[in-house]
Amino acid sequence: MNITEILFWFLTALAILSALMVVFSRNPVHSVLWLILVFFAISGHYIMLNAQFLAIVNLIVYAGAIMVLFLFVIMLMNMNSDSEPQKNKWLKMAGTVAGGSLLLILVAALKNSEVQYQKVEGAQGTIGLIHNLGKTLFTDYVVPFEISSVLFLSAMVGAVVIGKKD
Amino acid sequence: MWSLSGITSEINHWLYESFSPFWAVTIEMALVCVLVITLFAVLGLILVLMERKVSAYMQIRLGPNRVGPKGMFQTVADTVKLLVKEGLTPAGADKVMFNLAPFIAMISAMLLMAPIAFARNFQIWDLNIGVLYLSAVSSLSVIAILMAGWSSNNKYSLLGAMRSGAQIVSYELSAGLSLLSIVVLTGSLSVSEIIQSQADGWWIFKGHLPVILSFIIFIIAVTAETNRAPFDMAEAESELTAGFHTEYSGMKFALFFLAEYVNVFIVCAIAATIFLGGWMPLHIGNWEGFNKIMDYVPSSMWFFGKTFFLIFVIMWFRWTFPRLRIDQLLNLEWKYLLPISMVNILLVTLIAIMKWHF
Repeated sequence: MNITEILFWFLTALAILSALMVVFSRNPVHSVLWLILVFFAISGHYIMLNAQFLAIVNLIVYAGAIMVLFLFVIMLMNMNSDSEPQKNKWLKMAGTVAGGSLLLILVAALKNSEVQYQKVEGAQGTIGLIHNLGKTLFTDYVVPFEISSVLFLSAMVGAVVIGKKD
Repeated sequence: MWSLSGITSEINHWLYESFSPFWAVTIEMALVCVLVITLFAVLGLILVLMERKVSAYMQIRLGPNRVGPKGMFQTVADTVKLLVKEGLTPAGADKVMFNLAPFIAMISAMLLMAPIAFARNFQIWDLNIGVLYLSAVSSLSVIAILMAGWSSNNKYSLLGAMRSGAQIVSYELSAGLSLLSIVVLTGSLSVSEIIQSQADGWWIFKGHLPVILSFIIFIIAVTAETNRAPFDMAEAESELTAGFHTEYSGMKFALFFLAEYVNVFIVCAIAATIFLGGWMPLHIGNWEGFNKIMDYVPSSMWFFGKTFFLIFVIMWFRWTFPRLRIDQLLNLEWKYLLPISMVNILLVTLIAIMKWHF
């Protein structure tokens, strides 16, 4: 077992454990903090695949910006596990069934795919580097890229309109 | 020649000859950890003393002068005092998060050390997106502050943490945009390549007015990002007792205090690297003799000289300007700095395309 494998298994275990803790912790603030840990573990995986740009963008966008906003909102709402009304038993069971079926479908879809026979190119692929990614985004996928930026702009305008007092 | 890069490459050779690659890497990591922690401790001691001496100088008084010659060991004595103090945890606090927050603040400051080049070829990790890494990791300190403020179960702490969050998230934008202007000029995100591109002159001299403007915006933005006066809304001792670390005492408080000063050092190091050439000596055009003399000054001296000059400037701000109100602070960012830096980056792009820079 070399150092790459040790790191891989460590990061994988960390990601799965913290993802489970996101669901199981009773305090919503703890859930958000576990979610930040999940993003860190995933960024570690990106770095091991030699996709440093994706790793850092994952950190900036999710751990740095979105999660901080989540923390903001949840901390201000002051939700306590004791005072929150609990969902009833049937709703919980329905949620479990729905989540379980999604897992089943994902497993069934990926079971016979080609992905599982391909070996990961650890630390040698170059598609995650900023140079290649930028070229792809601005040549092959330039139209979807521009359309998504218009989408962001409209979301921002919408937020300003909602936020205006009068 | 005797230099830091020579020492590190010799240690590297020796380790790879005497151990297997696995153990060589592990020992190197351990060495880096020990060095970074030592640097942290030394920086904390020096910067706190420097802050006190600078503030004393600004206010025409002597400052600490009892412990050791000219008060040199005052901060050592303070550290010993903080070590033996009791670390209290409030009864209503979220214990785990309360005790974890200072360490997260330290870790996020430590991670920032990785891509900084302290001297010629003396860098922990030269990753190809160094500048992006710096702006990503520097935004993580807000998580520690939010954790500390929320888990203390104290209204002043929570208010301080919320202010700090709003402040860091908004000032990050203009700090990032002003770093981007140099990235546009060099065409690379790697810290070592940005330093290399300044061999014939620092960017602040080569890039005309727009680069000077983005340097000024960067200094303002990082002063806000490190929560220092005149932007110390997170602490604001006259309004919020001590802001997010009101409930902290003893060594846990000391860790927050240390993280603040180390963050100041790091942002100044980033500014020195990106705008003032890092360890590159001062070279003026074709003055051969002058450039030769400048080359004899060790590269680490250049780096630390520039960094400490910028630290002095940031301390100067603190003891000169009055504190802003929170709405003035957010107005300054969203209505002035952000539009200016957006127009500025267009100008820099124009300069880069037309090759107007030297």
